[in-house]
Amino acid sequence: MKCLVTGGNVKVLGKAVHSLSRIGDELYLEPLEDGLSLRTVNSSRSAYACFLFAPLFFQQYQAATPGQDLLRCKILMKSFLSVFRSLAMLEKTVEKCCISLNGRSSRLVVQLHCKFGVRKTHNLSFQDCESLQAVFDPASCPHMLRAPARVLGEAVLPFSPALAEVTLGIGRGRRVILRSYHEEEADSTAKAMVTEMCLGEEDFQQLQAQEGVAITFCLKEFRGLLSFAESANLNLSIHFDAPGRPAIFTIKDSLLDGHFVLATLSDTDSHSQDLGSPERHQPVPQLQAHSTPHPDDFANDDIDSYMIAMETTIGNEGSRVLPSISLSPGPQPPKSPGPHSEEEDEAEPSTVPGTPPPKKGPSPVLAEDSEGEG
Amino acid sequence: MKFRAKIVDGACLNHFTRISNMIAKLAKTCTLRISPDKLNFILCDKLANGGVSMWCELEQENFFNEFQMEGVSAENNEIYLELTSENLSRALKTAQNARALKIKLTNKHFPCLTVSVELLSMSSSSRIVTHDIPIKVIPRKLWKDLQEPVVPDPDVSIYLPVLKTMKSVVEKMKNISNHLLGFIHLKVGTKYPGDFSHFSFNPIVLTIRGQFSQVIEANLDGELNLKIETELVCVTTHFKDLGNPPLASESTHEDRNVEHMAEVHIDIRKLLQFLAGQQVNPTKALCNIVNNKMVHFDLLHEDVSLQYFIPALS
Repeated sequence: MKCLVTGGNVKVLGKAVHSLSRIGDELYLEPLEDGLSLRTVNSSRSAYACFLFAPLFFQQYQAATPGQDLLRCKILMKSFLSVFRSLAMLEKTVEKCCISLNGRSSRLVVQLHCKFGVRKTHNLSFQDCESLQAVFDPASCPHMLRAPARVLGEAVLPFSPALAEVTLGIGRGRRVILRSYHEEEADSTAKAMVTEMCLGEEDFQQLQAQEGVAITFCLKEFRGLLSFAESANLNLSIHFDAPGRPAIFTIKDSLLDGHFVLATLSDTDSHSQDLGSPERHQPVPQLQAHSTPHPDDFANDDIDSYMIAMETTIGNEGSRVLPSISLSPGPQPPKSPGPHSEEEDEAEPSTVPGTPPPKKGPSPVLAEDSEGEG
Repeated sequence: MKFRAKIVDGACLNHFTRISNMIAKLAKTCTLRISPDKLNFILCDKLANGGVSMWCELEQENFFNEFQMEGVSAENNEIYLELTSENLSRALKTAQNARALKIKLTNKHFPCLTVSVELLSMSSSSRIVTHDIPIKVIPRKLWKDLQEPVVPDPDVSIYLPVLKTMKSVVEKMKNISNHLLGFIHLKVGTKYPGDFSHFSFNPIVLTIRGQFSQVIEANLDGELNLKIETELVCVTTHFKDLGNPPLASESTHEDRNVEHMAEVHIDIRKLLQFLAGQQVNPTKALCNIVNNKMVHFDLLHEDVSLQYFIPALS
């Protein structure tokens, strides 16, 4: 395999590697006829990420030397990332980047041709591996939304960088709601601040989901793709299904596409975490639309709740609760690929529709590197 | 109990945000007192705070264009809430480009102060960010511990130098005192004296004297000194020509030598924490020293007053 990346694309490649490094510790590099694919999966197999760079992304692209089989390798993410560590340096000094994999040598060679005749050669050791394949199909997800990455970037801005998980859902009036998710603590005195961001349907290029649907996924992992998409000024699509089924985040342009598949919290998981107060716990993350965009009228704010006088204790579970949309897992609407067929990404050629198990399940989400399969 | 308030003015919002950032740097947890005319951020001098106390006061009508509150009862028309200061400053941070900010007392699963921000957005639709800050309502019987501290008659009252300068000086002093340990005593034991083939280490004992002790002294002649003393070295920074405000009780100090220094030994970390909270130079900054008892800082940030008390090291 040999490929040559030049100009601004070097930084794009570097950014993609940074993105992938947020997910897993090993990078699977596989040159395909369709392009170079970089994939990773996290240790608990609850997140999978893949970037596919089309041949046109490269100044030169040779998937395999003629007569030879396509090679695949697995490298330590840390090693590969170290080549692209400083994006500023890539932008300023690197003119060309050449990645080559030779079956005979046991090294993946990444050579950076920099200004002033400086050439940096990295010889990275790798392991042979089987193809890392994920089983997922965006077309089988009944719900999707698409927006410019910038909008989603603005949407996650209010959330603390330390926040692990977030709930995304559709609230009243087709408002899209993002809300911080905190596992129910047994010790109820140390409560975390709950943040909620509410966007209008107009901010989205496409919104295909009913009011009341919601999923909870890892925000930190999502931020990996989001930052790449923002820097490349792309639109980001989110395809999702019932809680527990993986959510698929995709970006695409003429030269590359990216997929992040993240597990979502299932209903049973939320239940099992709740050991303390069953009557307070909602079956699925509860979303409230704070939004009805009526003219700013403080006095008539209908999302309102008053504290009843409390002298001594704060046992207010019984008092008035805000009007809310309770989400019921319920029977899912029939899966209809229908209108979003134009969004269908044909990802890797080897995608197979499947049903990955829920996040915290014992079995791995994704198909293992299969033994004995070419 | 009811509380709802709204800010629409950008400048007021920024000012309120700056105040909450300052409070977040000064106290991890604090009490918010809501009364019809004022808001107070209070830290009372519990052991947990190391004896430090804080009283910050602002007039609500300087910030909010709508403000409604109903206290615990008609005779006690006040609300005392305990919250994590950082939550409030983080919530306000999102309001940088807001059209409006609303704060209200709510009860969603747990009692909270809900900060709701309406953001300006490119598209026609509004974007709303809501933060539910968990709070603890403080019962009336504990209110007596949260009253405005009585400021004792100071021995010296002096205007402070530029706080940024003071902060960098104190920072350097803290670094020096970290490295120049007054006295180190190392003890390494052996199990079998004289037999080094089996030896085990007793814990190493380090005795450090006065590592965090900072001296502040000032006189009525506009001089303020910051000092650290260790057994090896003593570093002093002198500030001159600072000016002294007129003392309330002139008579008792008439015959005092104007150059006589009043001093107090305090924990340098607490002083640094206080100075770190002052991101903007205040409109007015005063320091009152009660000899060997405490130092009282009295600041004014535009229209918000801040009082900070650091007790002497025992």
